[in-house]
Amino acid sequence: NGNFFPPVLCRHDDLKEMLDSNKDSLKLEAMKRIVAMIARGKNASDLFPAVVKNVACKNIEVKKLVYVYLVRYAEEQQDLALLSISTFQRGLKDPNQLIRASALRVLSSIRVPIIVPIMMLAIKEAASDMSPYVRKTAAHAIPKLYSLDSDQKDQLIEVIEKLLADKTTLVAGSVVMAFEEVCPERIDLIHKNYRKLCNLLIDVEEWGQVVIINMLTRYARTQFLSPNQNESLLEESAEKAFYGSEEEDTKDAKAEAASLAKRKPYVMDPDHRLLLRNTKPLLQSRNAAVVMAVAQLYFHLAPKAEVGVIAKALVRLLRSHSEVQYVVLQNVATMSIKRRGMFEPYLKSFYIRSTDPTQIKILKLEVLTNLANETNISTILREFQTYIRSMDKDFVAATIQAIGRCATNIGKVRDTCLNGLVQLLSNRDELVVAESVVVIKKLLQMQPAQHSEIIKHMAKLTDNIQVPMARASILWLIGEYCEHVPKIAPDVLRKMAKSFTNEEDIVKLQVINLAAKLYLTNSKQSKLLTQYVLNLAKYDQNYDIRDRARFIRQLIVPTEKSGALNKYAKKLFLAQKPAPILESSFKDRDHFQLGSLSHLLNAKAVGYQELPDWPDEAPDPSVRNVEVPEWTKCTSREKRKEKVEKPFYSDSEGESGPTESADS
Amino acid sequence: MIHSLFLINCSGDIFLEKHWKSVVSQSVCDYFFEAQEKAIDVENVPPVISTPHHYLISIYRDKIFFVSVIQTEVPPLFVIEFLHRVADTFQDYFGECSETAIKDNVVIVYELLEEMLDNGFPLATESNILKELIKPPTILRSVVNSITGSSNVGDTLPTGQLSNIPWRRAGVKYTNNEAYFDVIEEIDAIIDKSGSTVFKLPHCSVVGVAFVYLMRFLLPLCHYLQNPRLLDDVSFHPCIRFKRWESERVLSFIPPDGNFRLISYRVSSQNLVAIPVYVKHMISFKENSSSGRFDVTIGPKQNMGKTVEGVVMTVHMPKAVLNMNLTATQGSYIFDPVTKVLTWDVGKITPQKLPNLKGIVNLQSGAPKPEENPSLNIQFKIQQLAISGLKVNRLDMYGEKYKPFKGVKYITKAGKFQVRT
Repeated sequence: NGNFFPPVLCRHDDLKEMLDSNKDSLKLEAMKRIVAMIARGKNASDLFPAVVKNVACKNIEVKKLVYVYLVRYAEEQQDLALLSISTFQRGLKDPNQLIRASALRVLSSIRVPIIVPIMMLAIKEAASDMSPYVRKTAAHAIPKLYSLDSDQKDQLIEVIEKLLADKTTLVAGSVVMAFEEVCPERIDLIHKNYRKLCNLLIDVEEWGQVVIINMLTRYARTQFLSPNQNESLLEESAEKAFYGSEEEDTKDAKAEAASLAKRKPYVMDPDHRLLLRNTKPLLQSRNAAVVMAVAQLYFHLAPKAEVGVIAKALVRLLRSHSEVQYVVLQNVATMSIKRRGMFEPYLKSFYIRSTDPTQIKILKLEVLTNLANETNISTILREFQTYIRSMDKDFVAATIQAIGRCATNIGKVRDTCLNGLVQLLSNRDELVVAESVVVIKKLLQMQPAQHSEIIKHMAKLTDNIQVPMARASILWLIGEYCEHVPKIAPDVLRKMAKSFTNEEDIVKLQVINLAAKLYLTNSKQSKLLTQYVLNLAKYDQNYDIRDRARFIRQLIVPTEKSGALNKYAKKLFLAQKPAPILESSFKDRDHFQLGSLSHLLNAKAVGYQELPDWPDEAPDPSVRNVEVPEWTKCTSREKRKEKVEKPFYSDSEGESGPTESADS
Repeated sequence: MIHSLFLINCSGDIFLEKHWKSVVSQSVCDYFFEAQEKAIDVENVPPVISTPHHYLISIYRDKIFFVSVIQTEVPPLFVIEFLHRVADTFQDYFGECSETAIKDNVVIVYELLEEMLDNGFPLATESNILKELIKPPTILRSVVNSITGSSNVGDTLPTGQLSNIPWRRAGVKYTNNEAYFDVIEEIDAIIDKSGSTVFKLPHCSVVGVAFVYLMRFLLPLCHYLQNPRLLDDVSFHPCIRFKRWESERVLSFIPPDGNFRLISYRVSSQNLVAIPVYVKHMISFKENSSSGRFDVTIGPKQNMGKTVEGVVMTVHMPKAVLNMNLTATQGSYIFDPVTKVLTWDVGKITPQKLPNLKGIVNLQSGAPKPEENPSLNIQFKIQQLAISGLKVNRLDMYGEKYKPFKGVKYITKAGKFQVRT
């Protein structure tokens, strides 16, 4: 069965002979071997003439394998591929719908430009076929033809328009997919079909659901008003009030109430409501992609008060395969910045197990950090303490960063965190120490005066710690706050001058910085050292360092040539620097549609459709009215059950006697 | 959508490729190998990789990487979910999703992939439809086929695909109707150390799955659950009628043919669930000495009434551990000095004599004392118990007078059950 392949060349004659024989069994055997070759990426293109002859073979398996071969190699052997076309054309007229569909499927998969007109004709015909399955196949064929010849766009849009009007669930997903690939900008084609798509959604197959939901999200953003327009103001003031005093809070609230009263009350478009209502049950889908699609729809379209329902479903997905977890956590991380309250009840679901893969651990950490607030911070910090002892050092480093972020965001625990991090400085693992140094540096910048002890402690570390980033951070700290540690700073410079030539580049730059700052504040003790360091730097291999040394020498050492800047050197170097803001890398990622590839990569992927902003004025809602009353009114549900083939799955309970008939 | 698929084994051989659009050269996988090298661990390979001309979305299943090539924007979960569906289908067809099974059945694999996607968009992913299109291999059939030259491809064209209940074939009839339900519940928990033996329970949830298998029903069913309010979050097989669930909490459906996962559910965290086992542990490493103590006892919590069996404990010991000299009062233990994994197969717990594993841990001489005490991962199984209290109450069938045969089996298992020490 195709496991064993002697050298390809001598064997091919054999295969040709088998293909030419009259026996189907021999042909089948040959085709199986050929397919096995294709599967392994071996070249079987020279068999093309022998294979293509069998396209009309009666044996269905041989035929299928010939199709596989044909689709794979037709592009390379265009002339020969044409020989097979007439077989498919005949197939298109077959009374059996499945044969028509399969003929169209293969015909449209043959990427030979010369048959574009034939394909176009076939698609047009199939689009008005009686069988929904053939129409579905026609929808699938549209993007194939479009990628072969984009000049056909206008004609294809006509076909899409026609198929969009189709009322069967079978076609809906496929045609929306074609729409997304060919003409996603033609949002006007959706108007008339909007309500129908919303109503059919629950019965469409799962893959189609994903595509439809994503498209409808974009549609809704262009057609409806933001349900949160009144709340956007509220939200801002709530954020402010969070750290503000209570008095301010009440004042704000009053002002808020006044401004709200002035506005026109917001009424949600019934079509907007329809979409939200009909997608909600799909949060219960077994398919993670469907759940994610609904979740993003709610995140982008639902009123703030209703978004919460998606949290539960997303948390459920965390029990799935690790790849699913990875994607879901990325999205939760983005959502938890904007809507923290939504995930707070599920805080513990993001606790980390020692058996989680590192990339999952780090994402969970991100979510936990985003969820931290004054009430839960003590629980979270206790949890972090466990993580710091982990054997997974990358994870420990990320935890230290997370602690730093909690400390900056929640003032109450800043000192606790800082103390904890200082304790980590005596950790045996150098990476842990280095990461702590970097984070402590950031925290100290917020209130350096109180922490000269810590700075002294860190100065001692320069003897031991080797990680360049950490060394550089310590040197920067000492330089910046040299006035708080006047005795130690020059000594550190002395040591660094000694080891200067062996340091990494970032460390060297900070040594130069330290030297310059000390020269300005304490030139008596450090003048010679500074000059020594600058001289070493002048001949360094790295031109950045040579450049920096020259620049600094001109700036701080007064000569007759040095200009006006010299006077301001101290101000330049020792200016008050704003403390760094430690924020999530997921901040503002929600301008990408959630759940998309672009969101995950945080970069626009090819073919990404921008999620539009809400319009200020609602476009005319009557465009969605349809003459045929069936789908328009709320009573359409009643009507629908007559339409749907299976009464069992309609909404009525009264109807019994289910039929097993398929639509054929 | 999905442009191509490459299957790659752990040693980095591409053993299968399939293209649904123009051919993409194998060299695109180099980006994947690069990422794989960087990740060191297989489970840390990022599922989405961006390369100059393509995006690679991959999953890792059963020692095989399924790497798909994407050219334009597509929801990553869409692809991931689909790839898992492919792996599930292989599992279903060949009994295992391994490199050997795929290589042995390469033609069927290819036929399956051809049917599952059309131009990169999923076409037929329901196993019922696929099985009509392409018959799964059996020993008998492969013998017969090789003699007679008959085929694996179904000669009747599938009808399920034509209906709007794609999970079911048309026209199936059975003489007797039987339904078997497996209710499997798993307890996820992280148990924190607090003091030395006192337990605190920061997080525990019960996740359950009701599997239905050997369904021979042609007719719609109603499946009544006792206390369905317990269920906090549910996900359904598409066959379930959502509206009836919403209004009456009844599961009503036309079952697919064969085994399938009917619902998955989560029990709300408000209903505190009793943890059926407890663990007493004493793991310590002394400063400046090359040994440590290890002492773990597992016991059943009271008032369960059922036996806890199939207990296995696995522990990832710190790197500095050289070997372990332990004695187990029950079961056997293995310590793998390469991966540093200790596995203790306990078996059944009898409350009279609690299983205990105790002894000395030898560390590398000179190595510093490990900072972290390892976490204990526990597995166990309790037959005939659904810990959440969920029960299948009644089963109704439409259109037939006689009582259908039904069987329900309950199992409670440990899910991700971790004890921190």
